[in-house]
Amino acid sequence: MAELTYREAVAAGIAQEMERDERVVFLGEDVAAAGGVFKTTVGLLEKFGPCRVRDTPISEQAIVGAAMGAAMTGLRPIAEIMFSDFFGVSWDMIANEIAKARYMCAGQLALPLVIRTANGSGSRFGAQHSQSVENWVMAVPGLKVVAPSNPADVKGLLAAAVRDPDPVIFFEHKGLYATKGEVPDGEHVDRLGTAKVLRQGSDVTIVALAAMVPRALQAAQRLEKEGISATVVDLRSLVPLDTKTLLVETKKTGRLYTVEENPRLCGWGAEIASIVAEEAFYDLDGPIVRITTPHVPLPAADELEDNTVPTVERIVETVRRTAG
Amino acid sequence: MASDDIDRSTRLALYRSQIEIRLLEKRAYELFLQNLIKGTSHLSLGQEAVAAGFAVAMRPDDYTYCTYRGHSHTLARGAPMLGVLGELMGRRCGLMGGKGGSMHLTSVAHGVMGSYAIVGAHLPVAAGAAWSAQLRGSGQVSLCFFGDGTCNIGAFHEALNFAAVWKLPVIFVCENNQYMEYTPIRSVTAVEHPAADRAAAYGLERIVVDGNDADAVYRKARESIDKARGGGGPSLIEAMTYRTSGHSRADPAKYRPPGELEEWTKRDPIALYRARLLELGFEESELRAMDSAVQRAVDEATEGAKASPTPPLEVIDKDVWADGGSSWRN
Repeated sequence: MAELTYREAVAAGIAQEMERDERVVFLGEDVAAAGGVFKTTVGLLEKFGPCRVRDTPISEQAIVGAAMGAAMTGLRPIAEIMFSDFFGVSWDMIANEIAKARYMCAGQLALPLVIRTANGSGSRFGAQHSQSVENWVMAVPGLKVVAPSNPADVKGLLAAAVRDPDPVIFFEHKGLYATKGEVPDGEHVDRLGTAKVLRQGSDVTIVALAAMVPRALQAAQRLEKEGISATVVDLRSLVPLDTKTLLVETKKTGRLYTVEENPRLCGWGAEIASIVAEEAFYDLDGPIVRITTPHVPLPAADELEDNTVPTVERIVETVRRTAG
Repeated sequence: MASDDIDRSTRLALYRSQIEIRLLEKRAYELFLQNLIKGTSHLSLGQEAVAAGFAVAMRPDDYTYCTYRGHSHTLARGAPMLGVLGELMGRRCGLMGGKGGSMHLTSVAHGVMGSYAIVGAHLPVAAGAAWSAQLRGSGQVSLCFFGDGTCNIGAFHEALNFAAVWKLPVIFVCENNQYMEYTPIRSVTAVEHPAADRAAAYGLERIVVDGNDADAVYRKARESIDKARGGGGPSLIEAMTYRTSGHSRADPAKYRPPGELEEWTKRDPIALYRARLLELGFEESELRAMDSAVQRAVDEATEGAKASPTPPLEVIDKDVWADGGSSWRN
């Protein structure tokens, strides 16, 4: 086991797959010579050369569109969209083209590609560089959606995404890039569509994603001291969704909380609440509670941003207030 | 027979391709009127020479990317008429089994990598396929067809710049049929030639070709394809043409100024080409035999499509993912 940062795990995952398969190519803005604006792709250009690791103009439609054209003609491209907010600029490519191509042509076209992007808050960048847009993507049939919370999952799930025969949108969390964790040595490949139970409790089940996972874990530790024992599930993937783990862990405690960084309406937790309400209603001991960013654009100032996205305090307070 | 740079069999192929498109598009229109084709449809009547001229110049493994006005390009690459008509009619025998419809014709086996119904979207995709061909060293060229209206959307400019910077083997072909849907293209565009007059911005040659002359299109196609295949990078070609039907099924085209349609009809690409072939010494009887053979093929495809069952409902849940299914949970 080596200790890597979350950002180093990104480069490690890409490098592992580029070494294994020469069809894997990588493109994006400032990703090659500069090593990425978040330094997530340092060293790839030097290792794999300018044909396979390419800097692009600021042209998000062209980046995603080119990845699509390359994927349907025999390559396995990884495209970087610098900030997930820029999905707005390339949304036609993502939602209308990539997501639908295979279905519309009855399986004639295959699109094995990955779009990596920096998602989420914590950098004081304001409303156009801090959003959590995983729920946008989750709403479109034909896209797989992954959002790891730690370096090992970054490498393993990124490898799985590259090897997957379908388009995968890979959300890296900006607020986690500097965090460290153990990453298995040698080849590391995880499985998409699998949640992980990080902590087993008996009173409540807290389901979280990406940067909300470490907050849920901290909240669980504090709740433990107050006599509330919490299970924490790291969802890791929204599509496919590991409903099996979700339902099993909810039934064990009878109390379900979601911790979501996306704004309230139609956030991923709403889908989970709906599934649990339909399929595990009689196992619940109380209402499902969603802890989310309110339905506002994200403000920039430290105090404002910190108090908009779910905090450890808010998770603890909400669970304490409602779990009784 | 007068001889020049285009040989006899190529000329016959150009003629046949145009006739196939013309007769099939006419049939599609009739089937609409009979309510056997639903939804919308965008015909290429009057624009046949562009699809034919390029397709005949392409290698079988070259890629075609086209728009919702894509029946012509799909047919020109050799996709079966039965599959095309079946798809328009929503039948099981359709190219995509009824899942795509008129605006999304795809036949990967014939190099038709999709018809894209969002204006401009397929230009970057075609560039990506060209990038792939470049990296794989396959020698394939990517051909991308679109209308004049596309030249005013962002994806056009992103793709052109991208392709030029990376020197990709892609050819962007603007079919300037004079109208952006119902609006004259000149009234909404800052330059006279929406594609060609933008070429300089991407370091490309300004190319305008008579899109109603299959020979002229074919020559330009060969030149640009050879250049792309030889590593010379992309081309942007504006083919001047005219659609003699409405924008789509619902459009009676009342916005045309009086006399315009008649003027362009005098330059009908098929009438022009037929006259040229006769002038060059082709036999009237040979052309007439070809016309009849194509008409028979269209009739047979029509009957075949009518006889084909509707798609099985099971396909609704198929082919979202590579595993053939649509499951999003375990």
